[in-house]
Amino acid sequence: MGISVEGACKRFGDFQALDDVSIDVPDGSLTALLGPSGSGKSTLLRAIAGLEDLDSGQVTINGEDATGKPAQKRGVGFVFQHYAAFKHMTVYDNVAFGLKIRKWKKQETSRRVHELLQLVQLDGLAGRFPSQLSGGQRQRMALARALAVEPQVLLLDEPFGALDAKVRKDLRSWLRRLHDEMHVTTIFVTHDQEEAMDVAGQLVVMNEGRVEQSGSAADLYDQPANEFVMSFVGEVNRLGDHFVRPHDMTVSLDRDAGDEEAMVQRIVALGFEIRIEFVLGDGTEVWAQLTRSELQKLELREGQIVYLRPSQTKSFSGDSPPDGRGASTPHDPQGDDDAGVPAAA
Amino acid sequence: MGANPASRWGLRVLGLGYLTMLLLIPLVMIFYKTFEDGIGPPLDAITSPDGLHALKLTLLMVVIAVPLNTIFGIGCALLLVRHKSKANPVIDAIINLPFAVSPVVIGLSLFLLYGTGGWFAFLGENGIKILFSVPGMVLASIFVSLPFVVRETVPVLQEIGTDQEMAASTLGANGWQTFWKVTLPSIRWGVAYGVVLTTARVLGEFGAVTIVSGSISGQTQTLPLFVEKQYQNFSLPGAYGASLVLALLALITLFAMNLLKRKEDA
Repeated sequence: MGISVEGACKRFGDFQALDDVSIDVPDGSLTALLGPSGSGKSTLLRAIAGLEDLDSGQVTINGEDATGKPAQKRGVGFVFQHYAAFKHMTVYDNVAFGLKIRKWKKQETSRRVHELLQLVQLDGLAGRFPSQLSGGQRQRMALARALAVEPQVLLLDEPFGALDAKVRKDLRSWLRRLHDEMHVTTIFVTHDQEEAMDVAGQLVVMNEGRVEQSGSAADLYDQPANEFVMSFVGEVNRLGDHFVRPHDMTVSLDRDAGDEEAMVQRIVALGFEIRIEFVLGDGTEVWAQLTRSELQKLELREGQIVYLRPSQTKSFSGDSPPDGRGASTPHDPQGDDDAGVPAAA
Repeated sequence: MGANPASRWGLRVLGLGYLTMLLLIPLVMIFYKTFEDGIGPPLDAITSPDGLHALKLTLLMVVIAVPLNTIFGIGCALLLVRHKSKANPVIDAIINLPFAVSPVVIGLSLFLLYGTGGWFAFLGENGIKILFSVPGMVLASIFVSLPFVVRETVPVLQEIGTDQEMAASTLGANGWQTFWKVTLPSIRWGVAYGVVLTTARVLGEFGAVTIVSGSISGQTQTLPLFVEKQYQNFSLPGAYGASLVLALLALITLFAMNLLKRKEDA
């Protein structure tokens, strides 16, 4: 059950948008497709919805092969980045659209539409036109419209991408609560790792048309399968072959065996978090994340020579694995356990 | 730029002066000349059997050519915008032909095609009269007014994008439902404007229709041809009166469109 994609390939001219992609989305889960632009995440989502035909591969929705089916028969709810509101219809008619297509009776339609408008907190605005709504309201209307037809799965393509930061945060937690209530299998696409980690239970990281790794937010952060995942889901410094998160850098004034000598270049106070930029002997620039009290204890100033020791590093043999399934195992000099990195199905 | 009130006024005077000289004064002259000797003479000319026939024939051209070009125009615009293909630039250029080619040449080409020795001359030989009759005039009217709906609809289709149509399909609408409930309502102002321009063009078409119709009074004479004939015969009240009727028809079309638009904006 849920959604599964097997061996999806899609090419646009010379551009390989999807390169043998397979994912499994468990029934009732909230999954994020995370990746930079051009990574194929939106194409994958549209292929699941039937808005894009695959060159090869198979899409299964709730156990049923949906590969050749047109979008209108897949029973998916789709929410677009730019809302795709029907501009010539009122909020009511937008939400009622799918029900009218299904020839629902007037009374039942009205009941259902008002129920949904209440759910998305737009019940007073049924008679307005989309142009009279704010971006956040339009997106909630679009969500109500998608949910009206009781879709088997809900697909959201960068749903908060066009909204400003504050509205975005509100809608994020609102979407998570909504999912907790409705339990409809949901996939949403984002390029914002913080958003993905905040909202989704499961993440699928994509890059250049392939799945790099999938798993929980903690899995990806603590056990990244490769350099790409490590640097995409969080900040990272490179020390030779090793990768270190800025908060895993220990700064000390005394030299210990294996320490790197570094000069403090700049100290940036970002409230509670302090960002210190260093330059190493070989010219490499790295930075460390310290708390206010740590900084006060060290009494650092710019130009000072200090010693850096990573408390935890990762290194990866070679680049991302050729099969794109994130199977490479990080080996960890500090002895972190190599508990299986969940591979994409 | 243009913040200076003097230059702003200068531009206004220049623009309005240009319009007045070139458009307004000639039209006012027609109005004035028509009623110079009272309402009687022009009214008599227009209500004469030939005059009424010309009016009916003109409206018949509109009733046939405008719906056909509207349906074709919307279909063609959808093809050009929604179905990218290598043939599209060619189709696009062909659609612009009636704009580029003089109406007289269009008339002549139809004449060659359907006249004696033409490829489609067999139609006339088998009793299907095209030239010097209504079918030929309809063909000419369709030809000259063909690009308007396409040209007005294409940019609107491009602007609305495909998101709304895709949203409709994920909500269960099939292609036909999507077109009627989502696409057409979204492009209706572009289409309406194209229809108005098409109507105005068909009402006023002279060159192409003259050649294929033969301009036979009471038979194949539309209002513009009637105006010319009256003018040639020094029957000036008739020419002015018919001109005024033509101008009024065009104004009614524009006015109706404006009314609709205002209703929409409210």
